[in-house]
Amino acid sequence: SSLSHFQQTLKISSKSVNTERFESESRGLNHMEGGWPKDVDPNDMEQTIRFRKKVEKDESYMNSILQLGSVMDHYIRQNNAINIYQDYFTEDQDIDEGQEAPSAKTINVFRDPNEVKRTVTCLSWHPDGGRKLAAAYCCLEFQKSSKDLSPDSYIWDIENPNQPELALKPASPLVCLDYNPKDPHTLVGGSYNGQIVYWDTRRGSQPVELSSVEHSHRDPVYKIIWLQSKTGTDAFSASTDGQVLWWDVRKLNEPTERLVLDPGREGNLDRALGAISLEFEATMPTKFMVGTEQGLVVSCNRKAKTPAEKIVCTYDGHHGPIYALHRNPFFPKNFLTVGDWTARIWSEDIRDSSIMWTRYQMSYLTDACWSPVRPSVFFTTKMDGVLDVWDVLFKQNNPTLSLKVCDEALYSLRVQDNGRFVACGSQIGAATLLEICSGLSTLQKNEKSLLAAVRHNDNKQSREDDTGRDADGDESPEQLIARAEEDFYSVVEAERKRREERHRVSTNHSKP
Amino acid sequence: MAEVEETLRRIQSQKGVQGIVIVNSEGIPIKTTLDNSSTVQYAGLIHQLVMKARSTVRDIDPQNDLTFLRIRSKKNEIMIAPDKDYFLIVIQNPSD
Repeated sequence: SSLSHFQQTLKISSKSVNTERFESESRGLNHMEGGWPKDVDPNDMEQTIRFRKKVEKDESYMNSILQLGSVMDHYIRQNNAINIYQDYFTEDQDIDEGQEAPSAKTINVFRDPNEVKRTVTCLSWHPDGGRKLAAAYCCLEFQKSSKDLSPDSYIWDIENPNQPELALKPASPLVCLDYNPKDPHTLVGGSYNGQIVYWDTRRGSQPVELSSVEHSHRDPVYKIIWLQSKTGTDAFSASTDGQVLWWDVRKLNEPTERLVLDPGREGNLDRALGAISLEFEATMPTKFMVGTEQGLVVSCNRKAKTPAEKIVCTYDGHHGPIYALHRNPFFPKNFLTVGDWTARIWSEDIRDSSIMWTRYQMSYLTDACWSPVRPSVFFTTKMDGVLDVWDVLFKQNNPTLSLKVCDEALYSLRVQDNGRFVACGSQIGAATLLEICSGLSTLQKNEKSLLAAVRHNDNKQSREDDTGRDADGDESPEQLIARAEEDFYSVVEAERKRREERHRVSTNHSKP
Repeated sequence: MAEVEETLRRIQSQKGVQGIVIVNSEGIPIKTTLDNSSTVQYAGLIHQLVMKARSTVRDIDPQNDLTFLRIRSKKNEIMIAPDKDYFLIVIQNPSD
């Protein structure tokens, strides 16, 4: 039997035809007096008046107008009765933004051009408009580096994912890098071998300055940040060798200052904690924080009189290395940390524990940062390739938006200053650029005051019962729903009783 | 004849009514309270619009017909009551 027996579709054929080109044009029409019957000259007023008078005497005209007049009357009165275009809900118009479901879309993916892919370990946005993204590529797995592994990192123009705009060629792969917020042509990077490297993009791919190997870190430099200084040439770096070093890029051969992360405050390198993240806020230039491999956050004061006083206090919260540490740009006393499977929000004043934390996630969290435009929103990346957007005012148990960016682990994250664009880097060297929906990237009304209130409550509670507040809040969703249901039914019940009462009374009266 | 005058006067006296034009099926304005050039403009343009609106309604459902047409603009509302041979146009600004 032939296959045609199985075909249940209609037999149709398609053919394309090319027609002759036909040009058409849109034109307006100027309506002069037209439609007049042949015997009436439109320009002769007498004739036109006579014509009109004749029409007015016509029976059908009179009937038509009477009928149309009454119809029209109805609508005119309707218009006057209610202004249907009145703005009833002026204050609520802003709510429209919140009603749409949170979403994000991928704009571009920038892939490692090399054969052997490396992890995107750090991202930095160009400070002037964010049109460029610098990414550090490095293979972090111990002793996995092979001869084929390129040490290059790249600067991408976000509009062109096909080819990086500039390659940065250090001697050893970069683990971290940072654009100078004061001078967008310059960048500083920390390498796998502990060296600090300085570039000026106007001078090409080769570094302008390199720190000397003897005076650099002894372990990979995990974080480097530019400082706020008059010259705009200072930066500091942190490494798992237990040191935080300060540098002046004009003279990179040796650090200008040095701090050993010894919790015993004796500067003992053997007891030092390995630093894996660093936090610096330009509005508080003397303070900074270091996240360590041991799960402790160390808060430091650079301007302390004695070296021992430089380490102010520690916050113990995570079971594993603190991969990200970021102060809330609107409430600098609060900072966000991620390590192990949770993200935690801390208040500087409360040393014992974090004031808010997320549920334990299914995979390890690798990076996090606050939104620069919304004080209650922060982003996290996980090892399962998911980017989560959290809004602490909206939902605390779960992320407001969860996006599976790729199948591999995501290692780094950076939000652009406008709060809309987020770049995240994966294990196989792909940096994905996403655009967040406007609901999550525009400041909502009262957001700051609401968040301040929440913080205040959290702080108070933490101080009182010393156990911190669980992210689940004080009433679970089920309890809230039950309570709403109860309210609803009691109102309905009360109304029903009232109606019964009324009915009973009226029927009593109607009885003879 | 007097009843027609009465009807039109009643419409004119309603709140917000700015003008009335009566146009026949050929597009000739029969009666108007506006100046000549506006009348001619309204008559010509609206005539075409009413024809289009009517044919739209009837194309969608041949058993249906246009009963009324309202054009709401920033400044006012143009209301058109069509019938077989004539249509009545009223320009109203209701929010005043």
